[in-house]
Amino acid sequence: MASEKPILYSYYRSSCSWRVRIALALKGIAYDQVPVNLLKDGGQQFSAEFKALNPMKQVPALKIDGIILSQSLAIIHYLEETRPNPRLLPQDPKKRAQVRMISDHIVSGIQPLQNLSILEQMGEKKMEWAQHYITSGFQALEQILQHTAGRYCVGDEVSMADLCLVPQVFNAERYKVDLAPYPTITKINKALLELEAFKVSHPSRQPDTPTEMRA
Amino acid sequence: MKQVPALKIDGIILSQSLAIIHYLEETRPNPRLLPQDPKKRAQVRMISDHIVSGIQPLQNLSILEQMGEKKMEWAQHYITSGFQALEQILQHTAGRYCVGDEVSMADLCLVPQVFNAERYKVDLAPYPTITKINKALLELEAFKVSHPSRQPDTPTEMRA
Repeated sequence: MASEKPILYSYYRSSCSWRVRIALALKGIAYDQVPVNLLKDGGQQFSAEFKALNPMKQVPALKIDGIILSQSLAIIHYLEETRPNPRLLPQDPKKRAQVRMISDHIVSGIQPLQNLSILEQMGEKKMEWAQHYITSGFQALEQILQHTAGRYCVGDEVSMADLCLVPQVFNAERYKVDLAPYPTITKINKALLELEAFKVSHPSRQPDTPTEMRA
Repeated sequence: MKQVPALKIDGIILSQSLAIIHYLEETRPNPRLLPQDPKKRAQVRMISDHIVSGIQPLQNLSILEQMGEKKMEWAQHYITSGFQALEQILQHTAGRYCVGDEVSMADLCLVPQVFNAERYKVDLAPYPTITKINKALLELEAFKVSHPSRQPDTPTEMRA
């Protein structure tokens, strides 16, 4: 019996969705994408249809191997454990811990504090709030990366931490955060954006990218 | 990162609770905190991440300090929203604990979040699965000995 192609529920500009798009691209996993517009119709993620798929009412959600997963790092770990090549986590437990520490810092410590749901509550303070939390998070991240980075976040191999970094830098730019204080973040981001998986998954190249933002 | 927890172990210092827990799991694998089956592991991580990224950061100290008098309302809003989703997920995954009948990383995330929910006076009546699992976990020694009421720095008036 042929397996179905995985289906990714994604929004072009969702940084959490982008992380999973990068992982799928790096691992060469073909998939279908169903766009979920977080702004249109009051937010398509709140539709009864999508809620039945993912009770958390958030993207990304991945339908794969007969199950539906949400939470980008849970999805990426599942891909890593079932499609292990190329690897997204180093073999050494201490380096794996560094990869997870950096990933978690971004995914729990920065992104949730500047996601759509929160910023909508901030009204005119939106930009200031986003800048505050991204800046605070990047100050800590720059210091950590100075210890762990090689060409990429941890050493010279692309890892889950890099999948988290690039979308967060995109958000930083979107909220006009000055990146001059973060040379390591900037250098790693630049190196990653040269890789095909990071280009093909970019918000400017998705099925639901608005015309004016298309690459 | 100027946050707790931080663990100094095996010559390194780690932060981020799930990164720490994964490291402990990979270097001290018994008893296990993640199931062997990849799909069940994914469910454990999904539940853990939902709490750790989707609920807790939105009601942690740093954010609530910015909310002033709206603090309680804000905390209740995000915990309620997160627990509504979590209750639905757990109805599919739970046995005695969050995923099946073995304690996992998801359970380690659940109990402290329920403690926070109680602290911010969130009504837990709509979440029977969460409540049942939390109760079962609080009977285990590890969850008792680690409880906030029994720590070296627990204020006298809150001591068990």
